Amino acid sequence: MIRVEALKKHFSVHKRPPGFAAALKSLVRRTYETVKAVDGVNFTIERGERVGFLGPNGAGKTTTLKVLSGLLHPTSGTVQVEGHTPARREAAFLEAITLVMGQKSQLIWDLPPSDTYELNRAVFDVDRSQYDRTLRELTELLELAPLLQKPTRQLSLGERMKCELAAALLHGPTTLFLDEPTIGLDVAMQVAIRDFIRDYNHRHDATVLLTSHYMEDVVALCPRIIVIDAGVIIHDGDLRALVKQMDPDKRVSFTLTAAAAAIDDQALAKLGVLMKREAGRFTLRVADAEIPAVVGQLLGPLKAADLAIEDPPLEEVLRVMFGKAKPAVPVTP
Amino acid sequence: MTRDSATQDPVTRGARSRLARALRALPTLLRIGVAETVAYRGEFLVWILMATAPLVMLGLWSSVAREAPFRGYGSADFVAYYLANLIVRNITGSWVAWQLSEDIRLGTMAMRLLRPLHPFVAIAATHVAAIPFRAIVALPVAVVLLVSSGASALVHEPLQLALLLPSLALAWLITFSMMYALGSLAFFITKTMALTTLYFGLFSLFSGYLLPIPLLPGVLRGIAEVLPFRFMLSVPIELMTHSLSGRDLAELLGGQLAWAAATLALALGVWRFGLRRFESVGT
Repeated sequence: MIRVEALKKHFSVHKRPPGFAAALKSLVRRTYETVKAVDGVNFTIERGERVGFLGPNGAGKTTTLKVLSGLLHPTSGTVQVEGHTPARREAAFLEAITLVMGQKSQLIWDLPPSDTYELNRAVFDVDRSQYDRTLRELTELLELAPLLQKPTRQLSLGERMKCELAAALLHGPTTLFLDEPTIGLDVAMQVAIRDFIRDYNHRHDATVLLTSHYMEDVVALCPRIIVIDAGVIIHDGDLRALVKQMDPDKRVSFTLTAAAAAIDDQALAKLGVLMKREAGRFTLRVADAEIPAVVGQLLGPLKAADLAIEDPPLEEVLRVMFGKAKPAVPVTP
Repeated sequence: MTRDSATQDPVTRGARSRLARALRALPTLLRIGVAETVAYRGEFLVWILMATAPLVMLGLWSSVAREAPFRGYGSADFVAYYLANLIVRNITGSWVAWQLSEDIRLGTMAMRLLRPLHPFVAIAATHVAAIPFRAIVALPVAVVLLVSSGASALVHEPLQLALLLPSLALAWLITFSMMYALGSLAFFITKTMALTTLYFGLFSLFSGYLLPIPLLPGVLRGIAEVLPFRFMLSVPIELMTHSLSGRDLAELLGGQLAWAAATLALALGVWRFGLRRFESVGT
């Protein structure tokens, strides 16, 4: 279980304008600015939950994850993870959690991943038979066999990420902080990693807090999302509820035959807002209540094929959300 | 009186469990340390070959003392001193300040902090693992020393030579701890390179690296006596090159022990206070 109350993390940052004169001036007098990376955040995550942590760049996602994993001391507020105060970095806490940072490697750069795994086994004091079993399982699931003996520096980003994930899970953590875990991976591997995380969550009743710029990761994995912007939480709740709240209209996609595809935009505008028109494939934005009538029209007179009715893409919702100067949605504790 | 673990306070139990964990992990840490040393063999060789300043000083002082001894140091004494200097420096030298400072500045320290093992222990193990490889330089120098004119200036007392090993170990610990404390200052001042250069200047002067401490001018000699640098380098050299009384040995080894405790406390203290300021940059 994760409990965060009134968490603040402020940094003092040296600011100076560009140029030689400003550089010289900064030798004598420096101007510091307080950056409120996280500014009064509250949330609770129950054991076994999978939560997506979203926000634009610099919103405070990674800072929060670093506080939760004990890397940063909070400026103020209370943080509890599995009954521990992260900043104390007790052994029992570090054994219970893991942090995967897509931008940072825990693998020893000049040695093969198998050496890092062996190091983690020793440092986390993992029983040898349990280690062998877990490594075998991870090797199979993540297709690591050809990578284990190659020096880390010679692995591609995608290969390295798979090895990172294995290194992070060998000690069997029950709370996973995943910061961009699918960065650099091809689509097939992204899907494999998502399946793997979901499976790990089920088997170990593990809590997962995930940040990702790939919305597919979040949609596929996280029933609940927390949205943070400028260090403040602007939404905490069900993913579908957020989408509905921000944009209640559906997206209706369909294909028309060559003859029907000549239909002009004005005619389509009677059915809904035309969002996309591309080689006979159309997407309309339609109010929920009008869906039956519009579908009737499309399947009847227009003989539409491959019809799909979907919620708006999360990217679109978030773009609207972060485009606003002030929080769009009231804070939900 | 001993207490069983159930009656110990949580702090003692925690410290014992951390120590037990570190000891269990030690063989693997050493093995990984060796693998890393071998992987970085080019850089490693450069590091150990860089410690050749004593050879330059050897050439200089030997020629000075060729005609007549200089303040009690004859040519053979200088040969013995600087070759012993090279061996001790080779075995006890440490570059942890650079490593730590970069890890903190670039944020890569974050990954070390996620492991339940103090980075002091983890990094120390890697450095200890590299010591046998330093023999690549230290052993040939030792052979040269034994067959050179300097051999006549070496000590032959078995007790004194037996104390050389603990003295080297303590010199290593003081050096490593000082460098660890320096590197940890990166939590406060981000870049510690200038400070480390200043430190190395003081070390060179007051440790006996550039010239034997008895040859320093009076005031500087007095300063050298109270600073830790002498105990990092000069003391093991003195054990190899000067016949010392039991009292002298006790004073020197006792001094090393005290400085080892003090610098260890300093290293862990700076680390502990600095960690609160860690910004884990880079993501």
